[in-house]
Amino acid sequence: MKKLINRPEDAVKDELAGVAAAHADRLRVYTEPDYIVRVEAPIRGKVAIVSGGGSGHEPLHGGFVGRGMLDAACPGAVFTSPTPDQVLAATKAVDGGAGVLHIVKNYTGDVMNFEMAADLARDEGIAVESVVIADDVAVQDSLYTAGRRGVGTTVLAEKICGAAAELRRPLADVAELCRRVNANGRSMGMALTSCTVPMVGKPTFELGPDEIEIGVGIHGEPGRERRPVASAHDVVETLVTAILDDLPFARGDRVLAFVNGMGGTPLMELYVVYGELHRLLESRGIVVARNLIGSYITSLDMAGCSITLLRLDDELAALWDAPVVTTGLRWGA
Amino acid sequence: MIAVAPDTDAGAKTAARGEVITRPAVVAWLRAFAAVVARDRELLTELDAAIGDADHGINMDRGMQAVLVKLDELGEPADGSVGALLKAVGMTLVSSVGGAAGPLYGTLFLQMGSAAGQASELTLAEWASAVAAGVAGAQARGQAELQDKTMIDALLPAVAALRAGAASGLSLAAALGRSAEAARQGMKATVPLVARKGRASYLGQRSAGHQDPGATSSWLLLETAAISLSAGTVP
Repeated sequence: MKKLINRPEDAVKDELAGVAAAHADRLRVYTEPDYIVRVEAPIRGKVAIVSGGGSGHEPLHGGFVGRGMLDAACPGAVFTSPTPDQVLAATKAVDGGAGVLHIVKNYTGDVMNFEMAADLARDEGIAVESVVIADDVAVQDSLYTAGRRGVGTTVLAEKICGAAAELRRPLADVAELCRRVNANGRSMGMALTSCTVPMVGKPTFELGPDEIEIGVGIHGEPGRERRPVASAHDVVETLVTAILDDLPFARGDRVLAFVNGMGGTPLMELYVVYGELHRLLESRGIVVARNLIGSYITSLDMAGCSITLLRLDDELAALWDAPVVTTGLRWGA
Repeated sequence: MIAVAPDTDAGAKTAARGEVITRPAVVAWLRAFAAVVARDRELLTELDAAIGDADHGINMDRGMQAVLVKLDELGEPADGSVGALLKAVGMTLVSSVGGAAGPLYGTLFLQMGSAAGQASELTLAEWASAVAAGVAGAQARGQAELQDKTMIDALLPAVAALRAGAASGLSLAAALGRSAEAARQGMKATVPLVARKGRASYLGQRSAGHQDPGATSSWLLLETAAISLSAGTVP
């Protein structure tokens, strides 16, 4: 394993120290328990938005703390959900009296730890709503599974809900909006190579030099199938077909098209993917009204990409366009 | 290596008058469980690698090591209650384990502690009620039913055995032994099941043929209880 770390067990601690040193003007970084808070928080009368999850998906979530997005983020150990004491401390630190929205990716550990934190916060008199993002079409959603994994739509939900909170929309509205984003967002990913967890020291899964994994999860979970390396054109067609069939998206729909890098993918390749995606959507009569291209929800050093499509209405588009000032996303301000 | 349950219910003696579970006995149980988890850390992680995310042993060991530190901190207060002790253990697990096991075992101990209340020692019947409350809490947290291939498959039969033992006037040792045996059978019964909760559920049919790691750690907890909690009492 080659990584720019000191000791594997210190990777998250050292990362947080770097974040604190780099962004002291806009972020407060707390340790034991670990959480990151925007420097203006708590903001009186504004719904606060808290998210979090295992580390290793940067810039998600700490890179999205700031004006127009999250009020706090709770980083867990690499690929391990944060604990309730972290989420509770972050929730208390940012509550400005208008309540707190927890945005949670659908993994069993994340859901339970956030639930416990929400219960504890409510015991202390803080209004908390939780919305679970479950958008990965690679995984079967049925009564007999833990439901779909939460992936790319999480980034879009954090941006859109953050904008609504800045407009002083009440907690119930912001939570409803988050559910709407989840209901209208679909994603699927693929891997060219595995990721390597620092504490494990070897690749999470084996992929032959001429193989790709279609439907991979952001922790290197297996997907739908393993197949020989294919062109960007063919890969995009596979991912998009699964996504479009699922919602389903229809001719005339306006979408936000999000091409995400998994951490080890050059931007050059992401634009190749975007070009294929744009052309394919147009050919199916789907209007790309907004786009986002870059590595925003990653899987350590995995090479590969995911595609997320979010069906837009005027309100979602306007909230997407609203100003945002975070270390990971910034425009309009 | 996982130890085999001793046959503690031989003869199923009836309860000796005044048999109770004291706070020091509970502390001994927790210390013994920490040692067992440390010993079987790799095995729990390997079971998890087959159908989950290969961290159950690592996470449980980290949590129980934190519990050992907490036990040292708490010491042996003269007026210490079993409930307060169990709640402190629950909070420690919640804040140190992470993943799904943290909230599940954390809730189990927190609810057990609430049910145990202020008493400094519990009768078998009181202990059975506390364990039942803890397991109900874990079940509510994880929303698992029997045969979902989770820790609940080991815990629910163990609670039933414990309650039956208390109701029929078994000795402490016999009742704890029967509950550990029920947990062991429940754990073994997870092997052919298809997982319906947690990460293993994504594997569908491929999860069959593997023993559930959560059910395994739960059996270890009850197996250790059978050995530690009745120490010094007549089996």
